[in-house]
Amino acid sequence: MMPETPPMAAPYAHNHRSVASTMLRVIVALLPATAVALFQYGWPAIYLFLITLASALLFESLSLWLMGRPQQRFLTDGSALLTGWLLAMTLPPWAPWWIGVVGAFLAIVVGKQVFGGLGQNLFNPAMVARVALLISFPLEMTRFIPPQPLTSAAAPDAVASLAITFGTSPLPDAISGATPLGYIKTELSRGTTLDAAIANTDSLPQLLLGNSSGSLGEGSALLLLIGGLFLLYWRIIRWHIPVAMLTTIGVLAALLHHIDPTRYGDALFHLSSGGVMLGAFFIATDLVTSPLSVRGQLLFGVGCGLLTYLIRGFAGYPEGVAFAVLLMNGCTPLIDHYLRPRIYGRDRRGQQLNSDREGAA
Amino acid sequence: MFRRPTIGRFRIRGGIHPNDCKALSAAQPIENLPLPPLLHIPLQQHIGAAAEAIVKRGQSVRKGELLARDQGAISAPVHAPTSGRIVGIGSYPAHHVSGLSVRTVTLQPDGYDEWHDACEGVDDPFALTPDEIATRVAAAGIVGMGGATFPAAVKLNLRKRYTLQQLVINGAECEPYLTCDDRLMRERAAAVRDGVLLIAQALGVSAITIAIENNKPEALQAMREAITTTPSIQVVGLPTRYPMGSEKHLVQMLTGYETPARGLTADIGVVVHNVATAAAVYDALRHGRPLISRLVTVSGGAIAQPRNLHVPIGTPISALITYCGGYRSPPAQLISGGPMMGQPVATLQVPVIKGSNGVLALTADELPQRREMPCIRCASCVTACPCGLLPLTMVAHIRAGNLDSAVTYGLPDCISCGSCAYVCPSHIPLVHYFNYAKGELAARQRAQHKQGETKRLAAARRVRIAAIQQAKREQMARRKAATAERSA
Repeated sequence: MMPETPPMAAPYAHNHRSVASTMLRVIVALLPATAVALFQYGWPAIYLFLITLASALLFESLSLWLMGRPQQRFLTDGSALLTGWLLAMTLPPWAPWWIGVVGAFLAIVVGKQVFGGLGQNLFNPAMVARVALLISFPLEMTRFIPPQPLTSAAAPDAVASLAITFGTSPLPDAISGATPLGYIKTELSRGTTLDAAIANTDSLPQLLLGNSSGSLGEGSALLLLIGGLFLLYWRIIRWHIPVAMLTTIGVLAALLHHIDPTRYGDALFHLSSGGVMLGAFFIATDLVTSPLSVRGQLLFGVGCGLLTYLIRGFAGYPEGVAFAVLLMNGCTPLIDHYLRPRIYGRDRRGQQLNSDREGAA
Repeated sequence: MFRRPTIGRFRIRGGIHPNDCKALSAAQPIENLPLPPLLHIPLQQHIGAAAEAIVKRGQSVRKGELLARDQGAISAPVHAPTSGRIVGIGSYPAHHVSGLSVRTVTLQPDGYDEWHDACEGVDDPFALTPDEIATRVAAAGIVGMGGATFPAAVKLNLRKRYTLQQLVINGAECEPYLTCDDRLMRERAAAVRDGVLLIAQALGVSAITIAIENNKPEALQAMREAITTTPSIQVVGLPTRYPMGSEKHLVQMLTGYETPARGLTADIGVVVHNVATAAAVYDALRHGRPLISRLVTVSGGAIAQPRNLHVPIGTPISALITYCGGYRSPPAQLISGGPMMGQPVATLQVPVIKGSNGVLALTADELPQRREMPCIRCASCVTACPCGLLPLTMVAHIRAGNLDSAVTYGLPDCISCGSCAYVCPSHIPLVHYFNYAKGELAARQRAQHKQGETKRLAAARRVRIAAIQQAKREQMARRKAATAERSA
């Protein structure tokens, strides 16, 4: 009796990982930070989160149908869910519903499927959507509120929150609050010193635990760091991009803080605020859009860190992770072309090694 | 000149840690497989030119008698695994995925298992000169038994062209499931040791390392005990990582030196032989026994009783599976060799050959799923590749029909170890693409060579014809001149 399988070359063994299990693990790593953020911002945030995820899956399904690809196989790969998830993490928690829908369209259709679908996109889809939203709808995309945990008295209940998300009642100006980075940028431009400005924003423990204004993913830097460490432990990502990016930001911040402490925040402030943790572990490490080789990943990480810091410190926007990652995504093909691993038995230029042992050591 | 190599642990890149599944068969002592009713002995069981049959149909042969002579510089002779009658010399399914036929001698055992007179050993093989050792190894038809099947004597003669300092004996057995080298080292450590010393004597090297992965503690122990009185041999435990048994990576791990691309380990003064080859060399020199049988691991989730068998060359693999109690559950894939680099078996009739180290029957659970997804550029394959290649980029070029670009990305440096496909979350059959591209490139090269030869021959013919015509014209002119002179 012979088994009936078409002949396929070895190996006949596999580590039993799949695209879906990879995406799922990233989502699991995001869970703690997401859960805390959703709790902090209450029902409007939960509605926006669900709408964004549902729209992402819907647009994915629509694109698959248009391209004539199998629905079940690609919808269950988890990639659209993850893209929607990451996008939702970068939105202001109380943004209106259509921000989530338009964002999902931009991410899935414009950012991913137009390039050819899974694995083909040059830019991180979630960041494409975030940047496009930020430029097109600056008002909605910068209206942040301070955290109002679900259990607190001030938090709107499930029904009242519907009005906030679906836009029947405009956000009261009174409760809106700038992100720490945004506040400091504004204050510095008005001539206030950093010390005075920082005194009015959230303290470091608040930043670490996510108890400050910002998008969902700007919440708890600590929980995002833990999630990132899980990704490293599961070998979904390698350490090179996050470490290079965080080190670059830290070193630059420390250096400029040392030069002029009245204008530049210190390293810990920069590392724990804004989207740096989310960016370093979940956005910049996006498998599809980051370089392949170790050296390429180091360069990519340094570039992301450098651009993030430059945009934060010297450009018009208070936060620069999304722009930095997109700019570096654009460099990825070039980086991959020039920075390749050294082939066994050859030097970096591809020439055969000298067979003399003295030289080959 | 060369420094004396240091032995130690050096880093190699990449590699994977597959579930080794060796526990299925590692505890089973070697058993002799009973003779099957017919033995099918292919004349091409090695890299190089096929051997040429010197026996005739109907002829009686005895165990160890020469059946086919080696042809050319890289080839190996083939001997009778037992005594009996030649019932045919013809075509029989090859030990190859295609299932195409190769020239095969079919032998019907007579059951007496009588040795041929020519099979005589040497009482003190260590008194032989290197040339004598190499000649006897060649005559015994010994080939690399780790699976590469390169004629062993050719490797013994490397001493004539290279300055060698070190012999490495490969006992890594890094392929999952396979345990025949493990059992060999446990049960015949002294024979392995003497074979190793004979190979070293033939090569003229005094530094010898036997390298064994740490997942075989009993084999390590047995070999360490066997070499206590032999200071020239060192037994080194290797970290368990696939593909540790790849010759060039093994040498780098032990010496820290990297073999140049497209070169041999001999370029850096090292020759690598398999432990089973060493045992075969000992048997050939001491007992005059040509390579007519080998150890085969029969394993896999579908095999009822996984075992390590001592099998006469030419036994159909159906006999091995029957001896191991048949199937426990229906197999989804039959493989000759290990799961990482083995070949799918086309029919159960194919014979065991000199390079067969395993017969595996795997269940569907043990196999990778075949639902291929697009590449997500996760770079798992880049991390896993022990050769520093970009498997995903090479596949992209091969898919686009851009084989030349794949070559510039290092396709010829790929050792087909399968680490990339093992880790690919998209289940892309990367090795399948590489094999296709390598085959296609080889075919193109052959076609180009043929075209070049045709052009050369055509040009030579034109020159030849022109010369003949020229000669004719000259002769005519001379004759005319002569006629004119005479008439004048």
